[in-house]
Amino acid sequence: MKESTLKKKRKRLIFRTSLLAVMVGLLVFAIVSTLKDDKAVIAKGEQAPNFQLEKFGSEGETIELKDLEGKGVMLNFWATYCGPCKDEMPYMEKLYPKYKEKGVEILAVNLDTTELVVKRFIDRYDLTFPVLQDKGGQVMDLYNIGPIPTTLFINADGEIVEQVTGPLTLSKLEGYLQQITPEE
Amino acid sequence: MKEITCECGHVNPEGTVLCESCGKPVEKNQHIDGNEGNKLLNMRYDGSARRSQTYNRTYVDKIWNFFSSVKVGVTLIVLTLIASAIGTILPQEMYIPPNVDASTHYRDQYGLFGQIYYQLGLHNTFTSWWYMLLLALIGISIVIASIDRFFPLYKTLKKQKPKRHEIFMKKQRVFGETKSNQLDIDLFKNNLKKRHYSISEDNGHILAEKNRFARWGPYVNHIGLIIFLIGSLMRFVPAFYIDEYVWVREGETVMIPGTDGQYYMKNNDFILETYDEGDERFKEAIQNNGAPVPKNFQTDAVIYKRTDEVVPGKEPELEKVKEASAKMNHPIKFDEFALYQASYQLNEFEEMTFKVHDKDNEDTNYGEFTVDLTNPKSEYELDSGHRVVIEDYYPEYEMEDGRPVSISKYPKNPAFVFNVYPPGESEPETSFLGIGANVDASGDNEYKLGLVNFDVRDVTGLTVKKDHTLWVIALGGAIFMIGVIQGMYWNHRRIWLQPKADGVWIAGHTNKNWFALRRDIGKVIEGTNIKEPIDQHEMKDDQSSVSEEEEHGLKYNQQ
Repeated sequence: MKESTLKKKRKRLIFRTSLLAVMVGLLVFAIVSTLKDDKAVIAKGEQAPNFQLEKFGSEGETIELKDLEGKGVMLNFWATYCGPCKDEMPYMEKLYPKYKEKGVEILAVNLDTTELVVKRFIDRYDLTFPVLQDKGGQVMDLYNIGPIPTTLFINADGEIVEQVTGPLTLSKLEGYLQQITPEE
Repeated sequence: MKEITCECGHVNPEGTVLCESCGKPVEKNQHIDGNEGNKLLNMRYDGSARRSQTYNRTYVDKIWNFFSSVKVGVTLIVLTLIASAIGTILPQEMYIPPNVDASTHYRDQYGLFGQIYYQLGLHNTFTSWWYMLLLALIGISIVIASIDRFFPLYKTLKKQKPKRHEIFMKKQRVFGETKSNQLDIDLFKNNLKKRHYSISEDNGHILAEKNRFARWGPYVNHIGLIIFLIGSLMRFVPAFYIDEYVWVREGETVMIPGTDGQYYMKNNDFILETYDEGDERFKEAIQNNGAPVPKNFQTDAVIYKRTDEVVPGKEPELEKVKEASAKMNHPIKFDEFALYQASYQLNEFEEMTFKVHDKDNEDTNYGEFTVDLTNPKSEYELDSGHRVVIEDYYPEYEMEDGRPVSISKYPKNPAFVFNVYPPGESEPETSFLGIGANVDASGDNEYKLGLVNFDVRDVTGLTVKKDHTLWVIALGGAIFMIGVIQGMYWNHRRIWLQPKADGVWIAGHTNKNWFALRRDIGKVIEGTNIKEPIDQHEMKDDQSSVSEEEEHGLKYNQQ
């Protein structure tokens, strides 16, 4: 075979391969985008995005997630009009003091719009962990929360260890909290 | 790679059917384009070597060959058409009412068929991965098939010589022999020029050609399609395309979705105007309609830009950008975004005013208080010294197991548990108050609460759009149309003249409209003593000529 033909052949192979690669790339991109649109959730193993919310009943005190680095964080999305959310509140309250000592913070992000309703709720259930006010639902959108209650367990490195949709039982809750307890 | 050296001296790539230069059929390749046994030559791609037919060695080549096939392309298009047709049998999920559950809706509405339709995922055909895959494969097929044919054809048309092989001449559809030595070749050439043919000559051999650019029509429209597809793909990238939706209550300020938390808007007022029912011109039409006819939907809004660092959830520092109204087809535009008036809800409760009166006498009044339903105070002091404490508030109340609960956060059906403290008392009277409910909790209350007045507000629904893909899609469409016109309204005509010892041979080829070609030839040979060539196709079989014509049309399209 002539040198020039070999060269031509190689050139052709490179051309075809790169063009196919580009098109396969576009194809994968299109399909991934379609799938992502379907069920956009923050996945396990991802870094939890930062946010800052006002604490209920604190007159303007805010909590920013990135300030809690080094601690485990349980992020619970709830609302007063959601039945199952109410059921798990006592469990959270029960385990809160014990795990707070171990370096785990429980943040309950509330999705109501009316402060009074939440205030009454907090009083009735004697909640001591911080309840945060997500009036515009921005943080809910940020975390792509669909049905509530949804709970995220974030470890000391800010990584999402577990995402649970639906109510938690006491033993399950304790199990997840142990997972995100920072090591001594 | 083997090369084929023609007897005219031209070196053709492997896979060539007709020599690029002189048109002589390459005997052993006659099977490739179905020339075998035919009296006429198959002129598809001018007998050039399509790239896919030259190698079939590596996997890359195999994949390439697969997509270069017109059959594969047509199959993909047919599959997509079938899928699209199936997708329209029942409404897609996005068109069913938003408050119903898709999993039960299809079964309830369409029975077993609906259930199967839903379970196969056909309710989301046009956003499914496999539909995207089909479209993408069509795109790949178009790109590869075009490249595979464009360059060889370009080479052949560039390299064609006026001098053609005898077999090539004889086997053209339009062919004629003239035996005479009184031919006026100069007049022939002049006539060709008059009819806008461009002429190239080689030692008495003449090639006259017209409208070659029409050959590129299919490729131009393929380029248009590819640009169109790229435009559609760009819609997946938020930098180019955003389509979001936002509900805003009157007086409320919300973040505009899709703007990365950069922009906020306040709804100052939502206006719904209807046509005047008293107007003589419209009276009848409005009465026929049975309901007021809207004339204008409008949101008066203020757009703000966030000036501090974007931290989701944090109270933003806002700077006013503009104040504008969104009406139907007149969006509010800011930065790269547009807000379109899309929907509305009228008369959501905003405020309620209550008064305290004696239980038995509604005319008494111990004072009134107004509750802001989105942000109620916990306690209201009345002028008479009475104190009212909101013990509980249910924005949208329902009874569940005999107890009131709220099923949403929106004040659509508000209800309250009020504690009324008479002046100086520390023991309250409790009553439950909702729409259509006024319950005395203990049964021996002295006072009663009554609704005096209420205020409502409207909610507006706006679509947030950003679209940098439209011009790409429009450009693709325009190029596509140019390609179609280029290929449809012009056709490539060629006439060859070959001098012989005792006269000349004449042959002609076109991709369609053979009648016009023959008429062209008739005109250019006027007075030259060249005999009119015959259409060998029609000679062969007169009856099938119509369908053969169609076949040629099809072949053209495949190019």
